[in-house]
Amino acid sequence: MAVLQPYDKLPALSSAVLLLVGSDGGLQHRLAEAILREKKNFKISIHLATSLPLPPERDHLRPRIDLVAFMIDIKSKYSLKNVEASLAYVDDSFFLGKVCFLVTGVGRVNCCSVEMNAIQNLGEVYCSPVLFCELEVEGSQVATAQRLLRMLEICAGHVPGVSALSFSSLMRNCADD
Amino acid sequence: MDETVAEYIRRTVLKIPRDEIKTMLQKWGLLSETQLQTINFRQIKENISQDVVQLCEEISADIKQAAVLDIIYNHVYPNKRVWSVYQMKKTGEETEFFDLTDFKKKFKRRLRSALKNVTINFREYEDNAIWIRIAWGTPYTKPNQYKPSYVVYHSQTPYVFISASVLKSNLPLLCQALVLASNYHDIREMELRSHSLNSLKDIVFKRYSQNFQTHYPRPLQERNVAPESADLRIIEENKNEKERIERVNREVFGDGPQPKLEFAQYKLETMFKSDPQMDVLDKKEPFRCLVKFSSPHLLESLKSLAPAGMADAPISPLLTCIPQKARNYFKIRERKHFFPGSFVSP
Repeated sequence: MAVLQPYDKLPALSSAVLLLVGSDGGLQHRLAEAILREKKNFKISIHLATSLPLPPERDHLRPRIDLVAFMIDIKSKYSLKNVEASLAYVDDSFFLGKVCFLVTGVGRVNCCSVEMNAIQNLGEVYCSPVLFCELEVEGSQVATAQRLLRMLEICAGHVPGVSALSFSSLMRNCADD
Repeated sequence: MDETVAEYIRRTVLKIPRDEIKTMLQKWGLLSETQLQTINFRQIKENISQDVVQLCEEISADIKQAAVLDIIYNHVYPNKRVWSVYQMKKTGEETEFFDLTDFKKKFKRRLRSALKNVTINFREYEDNAIWIRIAWGTPYTKPNQYKPSYVVYHSQTPYVFISASVLKSNLPLLCQALVLASNYHDIREMELRSHSLNSLKDIVFKRYSQNFQTHYPRPLQERNVAPESADLRIIEENKNEKERIERVNREVFGDGPQPKLEFAQYKLETMFKSDPQMDVLDKKEPFRCLVKFSSPHLLESLKSLAPAGMADAPISPLLTCIPQKARNYFKIRERKHFFPGSFVSP
C-alpha cells in the first residue's frame, strides 16, 4: 500500500524507528548521526527518504515507523513543495502525535525563502508540532537530536503514562500561549 | 621622463602583489638585472614602486614601455577583467597564411587613421595568442592609460576575446580594425561573457569534457552516492533514486570540471499566461522580464543542484545548454506555432 500506516505492522521489542523525509540528504545524515550519538536505552533505527511514497520493493523489510519528521529547509521552496506532496501519502491516524515538522536553516535570516505563515499553517492543518532548528550550529544540532529522541521514545510507547497524542496536545497548547 | 609616465608606472607596480613584483619586472625586461639587484623587495610596496620609478627615470622610459608592464600584469591576472567573446567570419574559403607583421601594421594603420591619440601595444605568447593593449584618447586629449581595452586573438581561430574599457564608443572602431587586419569580412558578438578568460577559451575551443551520446548505456559505476555510514542503524530508502540522479547529472554535465562562468541571463519576451477569467493584462503584449542567475562558479553549482536535493533531475535544458551553445545571455521569445510555448533565439 502506498500510504504509510502507523499500525499495520507489529512492533519490535525495545526498539523505535524514526523516518526523516526531506530533500536534503546530507542534512538528514548529519541529523541521524547526531541522534545516534545520544544516550538511549532502546534500539533505534533511522530511515532517510527524499519523499513519499516509499519504494514498495523494500516494504517487507521495513519495520513499523513510530515517528515521521518532515524536514523543511527554510531557504528552499522546493523542500516545502516536496514535503507538501509527500503529506498526501501518510495515513490520517499518523497525525495523532506521530508526525512533526522540522524546519531547518533558521540561522540564516537573510536567506529565508519560505513564509512563516505557510509553515504555521502546515502545523495547524495537520495538527502536528513544528520544531525550528539550525543544524549547522553544534548546540542546536544536539538540542534538536535530543528533542527528536524524546519524542521518538514517547511515540514508540517507551514512556509509561505519556502517549503520543497527549504529548503532541501538550506541545500545541504550550505553543499557543 | 614625463611625470604622467612615472605616475603610471608607480600605480601599475602597486597593483602587483608584493611577492610577484620581482618576477614581473624580470619578465618586463626594461630594467637590467643589476638595476633590479639594487631594489629591496622586502620593503613596503609604496617604497618598492618609488624605487622602480627612480630606475625608470634614469633610463627615460616612455609610455609604450610602461604599457608593456600593464600587459604582463593583465596576462598573469586576466580574471580581474570581464571578457566578451567575438567571432569573425570569412565569406570565402581562402586559408591565407597569417602574417603577424602585416596584421600589426594594418591594425595600427586603421586605428591611427581614425584616431590620432591612441597607444597600441602588442605582445605574443606561446599558445599563438596575440595580446593587444589599446589606450584611447580623443582628437584633443592624450590617451587615458588607466582605462585601456584588451584584445586576445588566437590567429589560428576566428575568435577574439575583448575586454573593453568603460568607453564603449570605441568598440565599433576596434572591431573594424580587427576584421581588416586579420582579413576577415565580419565580426559578431557571441553573447558570452565571463571573468575567467581560460574558461571562455575552453568553451569556444571545446576543451571542456563534454557528454557524448553513447549508444550503449554505461554500466553503473561503483560510486558512493551518500557517505556510506558503517552505521547499519541509518537506512537510505531512496538509494535507487539518488543513483539515477547522479547518472543523469553525469550524462548532462560530463565528468570533468566545468568552465567558470559567473552569470546566465535570460531576457523573456513571452506573453503573460494567466487565468483567462482574471484578465490581468488588457493588451496582449509581451511581459518583459529578466531572469539572472549569478554564482562564483555557475556551472558547478548547477551541476550540484540535483544531488543536493534542491532541484529535480534533469535540470532544464535552458540552463544545461550554456557550454554547448557557447552563450550565457539568452532571449526567449514566443514560439509562433499552434501550441504556445517558448524557444531560444539563435
